[in-house]
Amino acid sequence: MSMTFNPKVFGDIEKAEERWRKELEEIFRQHGERLERFSTVSDVEIGRLYTPLDVRDQRYMDALGFPGEYPFTRGVQPSMYRGRLWTMRMFAGLGTAKDTNRRFHVLVNAGQTGLSTAFDMPTLMGYDSDASKARGECGRCGVAIDTLKDMEDLFDGLPIDQITTSMTINPPASVVWAMYIAMAENRGIPRNVIGGTIQNDMLKEFIAQKTFMCPPRPSVRLVTDTVEFGTREVPRWNTISISGYHIREAGSTAVQELAFTLADGIAYTEEALKRGLPVDSFAPRFSFFFNSHLDFFEEIAKFRAARRMWGKIMRERFKAQNPRSWWLRFHTQTAGCSLTAQQPYNNVVRTALEALAAVLGGTQSLHTNSLDEVLAIPTEEAATIALRTQQIIAEESGVANTIDPLGGSYFVEGLTDKMERDAFEIIRKIDDMGGMLAAIERNYPQQEIADAAYHYQRQIDAGEKTVVGVNKYVTEEDVPVEILEIDEELERLQIEKLNRVKSLRDQTRVAECLERVGEACAADTNVMEPVIAAVKAQATLQEVCDVYRSVFGIYRDPGIY
Amino acid sequence: MTGGRRVRVMVAKPGLDGHDRGARIIARAYRDAGFEVVYSGLHQSPEEIVEAAIQEDVDMIGLSSLAGAHRYLFPRVVELLKENGIDDIIVVGGGIIPEDDIPKMKAAGIKEIFTPGSPLEQIVQWVKDHVTPREV
Repeated sequence: MSMTFNPKVFGDIEKAEERWRKELEEIFRQHGERLERFSTVSDVEIGRLYTPLDVRDQRYMDALGFPGEYPFTRGVQPSMYRGRLWTMRMFAGLGTAKDTNRRFHVLVNAGQTGLSTAFDMPTLMGYDSDASKARGECGRCGVAIDTLKDMEDLFDGLPIDQITTSMTINPPASVVWAMYIAMAENRGIPRNVIGGTIQNDMLKEFIAQKTFMCPPRPSVRLVTDTVEFGTREVPRWNTISISGYHIREAGSTAVQELAFTLADGIAYTEEALKRGLPVDSFAPRFSFFFNSHLDFFEEIAKFRAARRMWGKIMRERFKAQNPRSWWLRFHTQTAGCSLTAQQPYNNVVRTALEALAAVLGGTQSLHTNSLDEVLAIPTEEAATIALRTQQIIAEESGVANTIDPLGGSYFVEGLTDKMERDAFEIIRKIDDMGGMLAAIERNYPQQEIADAAYHYQRQIDAGEKTVVGVNKYVTEEDVPVEILEIDEELERLQIEKLNRVKSLRDQTRVAECLERVGEACAADTNVMEPVIAAVKAQATLQEVCDVYRSVFGIYRDPGIY
Repeated sequence: MTGGRRVRVMVAKPGLDGHDRGARIIARAYRDAGFEVVYSGLHQSPEEIVEAAIQEDVDMIGLSSLAGAHRYLFPRVVELLKENGIDDIIVVGGGIIPEDDIPKMKAAGIKEIFTPGSPLEQIVQWVKDHVTPREV
């Protein structure tokens, strides 16, 4: 029970601070302070100076401890980047499966250490490329996947038994994952060998990202099916990546991102427990995904607070025994919403700072945005610069040479404690509403995020927050940036391919398989085996999702603003 | 009020992308500016948008798209309005619209395109300058 500092020291510091503050106020009376109010991107007010007084209540072993030890503030692994660097996992997806496969090979050859797949909007919403709703969207902001054949083309020639794959897919996650498992098995790689992540976080879709098919409760039921199946059959797979990223992109503050994400994690845990799964059987496979925004210290504090909070939630609230259940492992993406179309080369600098914050915050995996992301899907050159940014941080800057180098900073520790207090307060409110599903049904997180986004935009318009090139240091000249063009022919070619697959398959078998998927949905038995069988028979993504829609109904956006 | 009703604006999200931060912020800015605002919600087809715009008697439709499908979706809305014999509902667009596409959008009948970084005041002022309540 040792204090961080000898209490006798505080008296001396208080006296010295008093002296300093008087002197400082005299200076500001004469020359003024640069801003009337200093605050983070999230509008948390920041003090002039942080001293040991700000962390006087912190007990080192309780609040920080050692890396790899509860409460994990300083990192989840004992060795952190001294042992192995984070996984450099660039998000990629464009055009057809063959186009994206080519980009994967370019990135792997450039030194990327993990794959990450972006799907196009129809795939994300559970439609095939020939659906009327899909007009104009095929392959536009991700890769189009209709059938197992597309999945096979996507990973052609890539060593999926050695490299892990992340797939950003939510409402149809069970179907896309089934395709991945089927693709691996057709190659002779058993399901218990493959490793990767499906995002599969439906709660944040209703809160922020807004890609949904079915209402919240059956959506969460499908997620729980994958958690249960993964626990039994695919032990190396992360069945959910609980995502704050999109919550932040939708305009939340850092504290809201932290609170809503962990509240989602609590909801998934409760659902899996209701299924009768012991917490330590599935919790070690939960992973997280955070945004790294521009406010350097606020972000570092957020990551450190997140680890400590999840550790407490798992250990104290859910009584998990396995230390791996206490780990909050997370992927980070730099903030797309911080990038500007104006003076786009500035985005390289923004991304570098955000990536540095993620690394100092102890991320396990990182995607750095490309400078042209605000304009279109990244070109190969822009994606490579983004990857090189990570490599320079990792291997030239020296920041990965010691673990949690900012641990003990009065400011960072003070801010970490504040983030934790404020986020737990929001989680308490959600608990009082009856949990995250109930909170979503009354639009609580949606409205909070809308308010924060509007507040931030108003601050930018009023010049209270600076965005270089947008509301300050504006230039008239246009900086030419090369833009990736998606071929207009693509949609037609993809539909042709889909029709070819449909004409060659055994229609009776497909119909039987789809019927079994429907039976599993209605009977509340796990859908994964029937879905794997269906996609192996070349049932399309939409055909399976139409079964979900017909059994569970569809969800309409309530249009909160 | 010296006669005449307030300007009615529909903010609409065509297509499948769920990036609605901009659309929602703009809907709120229009409301704060005193316009009547109809927000379509997400995942609307051009047909659904035009049908709602007609039913709601709006004076302007503001379309938002961030997923690259504007090339099909924006002109389609103008086309459908014409098919319904309507030439006085003004259509504007915003979102991730590459520079090269802006002349194509304008040629297709989209009156103005607002790209990221446009201040809210500028977007509101444009409506005040260009949109008056239609005769209905």
